[in-house]
Amino acid sequence: MTTRSDQLKLFGVLVVTALALVCLWPSYEYYTKTPAQRSAMEPAKLADLRKKAIKLGLDLQGGLQLLLEVDKSQLSAAEAKDAVERAREIINNRIDQFGVAEPLVQIEGQDRITVQLPGLTDRDRAIELIGKTARLDFKLVRTSEEARMLYQRLDSWLASRGIHSGADTSLARTPLTGLMIDEGFFREQDADAARKLLATAGLDSVIPSDTQLLWGDEREARAGMTGVSLYVLKQTPEMTGGSIASAQDQVGLDQTNPGAWGVTMKMTPKGRADFARVTGGNVGRQLAIVLDDIVQSAPFIRDRIPSGDASITGGNIDANKARDLAIVLRAGALPAPVIPLEERTVGPSLGSDSIQEGLTAGLIGTLMVVAFMAIYYQLSGLIAIAALVLNLLYLIAAMAYFHATLTLPGIAGIVLTVGMAVDTNVLIFERIREELRTGRSIHESVRLGYDRAFRTIFDAHSTTLISALFLFQFGTGPIKGFAVTLSIGLIANLFTAVVFTRMVYDFWLGRGKVERLSI
Amino acid sequence: MFQLLIGTDIPFMKFRRFAYLFSAVAVLLSIGWFFVKGPRYSVDFTGGTLIQIRTSQVVPADHLRKALEDEGIQAELQQMTGENQNEYLLRFRTDKDPVALVQAAVDKHLQGTTMELRRNETVGPKVGRDLRDKAAWAILASLGAILLYVGIRYEFKFALGGVAALFHDVVVTLGALMLTNREISLTVVAALLTIAGYSINDTIVVFDRIRERAKALRKEKHSRVMDLAVNETLSRTVITAFTVFLASLALFVWGGEVLRDFSFAMLVGVVFGTYSSVYVASAVALDIWIALDRRKGVAVE
Repeated sequence: MTTRSDQLKLFGVLVVTALALVCLWPSYEYYTKTPAQRSAMEPAKLADLRKKAIKLGLDLQGGLQLLLEVDKSQLSAAEAKDAVERAREIINNRIDQFGVAEPLVQIEGQDRITVQLPGLTDRDRAIELIGKTARLDFKLVRTSEEARMLYQRLDSWLASRGIHSGADTSLARTPLTGLMIDEGFFREQDADAARKLLATAGLDSVIPSDTQLLWGDEREARAGMTGVSLYVLKQTPEMTGGSIASAQDQVGLDQTNPGAWGVTMKMTPKGRADFARVTGGNVGRQLAIVLDDIVQSAPFIRDRIPSGDASITGGNIDANKARDLAIVLRAGALPAPVIPLEERTVGPSLGSDSIQEGLTAGLIGTLMVVAFMAIYYQLSGLIAIAALVLNLLYLIAAMAYFHATLTLPGIAGIVLTVGMAVDTNVLIFERIREELRTGRSIHESVRLGYDRAFRTIFDAHSTTLISALFLFQFGTGPIKGFAVTLSIGLIANLFTAVVFTRMVYDFWLGRGKVERLSI
Repeated sequence: MFQLLIGTDIPFMKFRRFAYLFSAVAVLLSIGWFFVKGPRYSVDFTGGTLIQIRTSQVVPADHLRKALEDEGIQAELQQMTGENQNEYLLRFRTDKDPVALVQAAVDKHLQGTTMELRRNETVGPKVGRDLRDKAAWAILASLGAILLYVGIRYEFKFALGGVAALFHDVVVTLGALMLTNREISLTVVAALLTIAGYSINDTIVVFDRIRERAKALRKEKHSRVMDLAVNETLSRTVITAFTVFLASLALFVWGGEVLRDFSFAMLVGVVFGTYSSVYVASAVALDIWIALDRRKGVAVE
C-alpha cells in the first residue's frame, strides 16, 4: 500500500539524485584524470570540463593571493576616477600573457584589487610582474658640464652643513664627489652612503628646476670596476611608454655580450615621428631609458633614428626578466603604483597534504558516526545513513552547480555537517521511540514522531543558518567556502533527513504488517 | 532497542546554583584574561608575516634562528614535531619581501640546505585592523540576529536564556583557546561562529520541549516542567553532542596542522554547548520566568 504522495516523493528523490549525479559527473571526470591525460585533451574541452568541475581553493591546490591597494595620492581627480579599473585591466593583461590557468583579478571595495593565481609555483616572478608600475620614460641626460656644476653645488651645500659620511676628513669638503670613482659612478659599497646624502632634507633647493637625479640599475661595469651610476636628467620626459606599440624579449642585442638578454621595442607611428625628432635634435647627447625611476641605460645618440626602434639591455637581465619586462611594456604602465596589503601563498605540496588530511579526517569521522548510528538505531540507523550519504551527495553536487570553491575549512564544514546532519534523524527517532513507549501503534508513532519533531528541526536549522549567513558576510576566501558548505548542507539536510527517510518508512511499513520497528 | 538515558529523572534545576557559580567563574576568568593579557592573535589580525618552510634536511632551530638573525629577522621560530621535524613556522614583521629574506638567510648561512616555501601569510596592519573589526562585528551581529529570531519564535525569556548560553559557550571556548596558548585566526573565529550556531541549535530543541510541556502541565512548578523537558530530550542532546564530537575529533586528530586550532575550538565548544543548553539556557530562562511571575504576583515556584 503506497499512497500517491509517496510515489511523488520517490519520483522527487530519484530526480534530485539523478540531477546531483549529473552535476557531479564533470568533477569526477576531471579529478580522476592524470595530468598526462589532461594535457592530451583538447584545450577547449579541458577548459570546459574544468569550469564545470568543483573548484579547489588556493589553500588546496596551492597558489598565490594578493590584495593590492592602488595608491591614488599622486593622481589628479580626473586621473583617479577610473585608475582602479584601469589598473585591474592592466594587471589582468599582464597575467594573461604570463600564462596562468584560471586567474582571478577583481576590484574589492573602493581602491583595492584582489589577484588570485591558482597552482602558481613561481611566486617571486609573479609578484614582480603584477606589482611593477612599469612607467617608461625617455629622458635627456644633462651634459657633463651641467652635471659637474650640480655636483659641486651639492658638495658645497652638504659641506657647509657638515654633512658627510664616515670619518675620512677628505670627505668633509667633497661629501658627494669624494665618494665617486668616476663622474657619477660609485662603488657598490659607497652607493648607500651616497643615497643617504641625497636624501638629506632641504637638498632639493640646490637642484635647478626641471632637473632630476636618478640612479641606474644595479651593478654596472665602468672603468674596470663594478658599481652604480647616478644620472643627472632633464625631468620632463621627451617621450613616455605610451609611444610603445610592442615589445619583445630577445637575446644577442648587445654586441659585446652576445649571450645577454634584452627587450626590443617598436613604436607607434606617432612615437616614431617623435623619436626621430628627439634623436635628430640631440645628436651627441645621451638619452636615458627610465623604468620606474630607475635608469636602464643611457646610450649616446649618434644619429637621427627614424625607425623608432629602441631596446633595453643590462647586466642583470636574464631570459625570465627579459620576458617579464616585455610583458609589462606591452601591457602598459599602471596608472598609479600599487601597494601590497596582504599576501597568502600556499605551496603546492602543502595544498596536496591538506587535501589528503582533509579526506582522511572526513572518512574516519564519517565512519565513526555511521558505525554509531547503525549500532544504536539498527535498521532505522541504516535509513539515517542512507540519508546522510544522499545529504553529502547533494551538498557536493550543489557546490559544483553553483561553482562554489572547496577550501580546507570547507572540507571541515562538510565533516561537521556529517556530525550535525544525523541530529535531525536522532531528533525524529527519539521522538518516535517516545511515542512508541506511550503505547501507540507503529504507524501512529512514526507519523507523530515526524510531525512533532519537524517544528523543532525547522527552528534549529533556521538559527544555525543565521549564524552561517553572518559567517559568509564576514568571511574572506576560505571562510566563505566554509559558510557555503555549512549552509547548503543544512538545506540539503532538511530534504534528506525529513522527506527521504519518511518516504523510506512509508514504503517499509506499507509492505504488510511490521511487528516490531527496528529503531 | 539499544537505549541510553531513557526515563531518567534527574533534578537538573535543583543544582542550577552550582552551575551558575561554575559558569560565572569560567566566563569571568575568560573575560578577565581576555582584557588583561589578551589572546594570541594570528597575523590575520595583528598584521605581519607567518611563513612555513620545509628544509631539505633537519636544521637545529638554533642554527636557523641564528641564520635569520644575521639577516636582520627577529622571528618567533617554531619547529614542528614528529615526521615534520624539517618544517618550521616563522612569525615576524618586515617591510621587505619576507620570503626573499628567509630564502637569502637559508642560502647564505645554511649551505647545503635548500628550502621549500609551504605557506606565506603576510598581512598589512591596515588589513589586520579591518579583519579584526569585521570578526567582532560578525560575532556580535549574529548574536543579535539569533536573539531576535528566538525572541520572535519563542518568548523573551527563552531568547535571553539562549543568547546567554551562546555568549557563555563562545567566551568559554575563547578562554580554553587562551589557556592552551592557541592562536586566534580567521578560521578560529569561523569555529566560534559555528559553535554559536551549534549551541543555539542544541538549546532550541530543549526550549521547544519546555514550551510543549508548559502548555500541557500548567499546574506544575516551572522547575518541574523544565526538568521533565530536559530529561526527555537528554538522550537526543547527548547523542548529537557525541556525533558532532566524533566528527570534530576526527578533524582534530587527522585533519592536519592547518585545521588543528579550529577543531580544538569545536571540541571544546561542543562540550560546553551541550552543558549550557541545560545549565545556562534553561536555567536562565527558568529564573527569568520565576522573576516575571513574582512581579505579576503569581507564586508558582
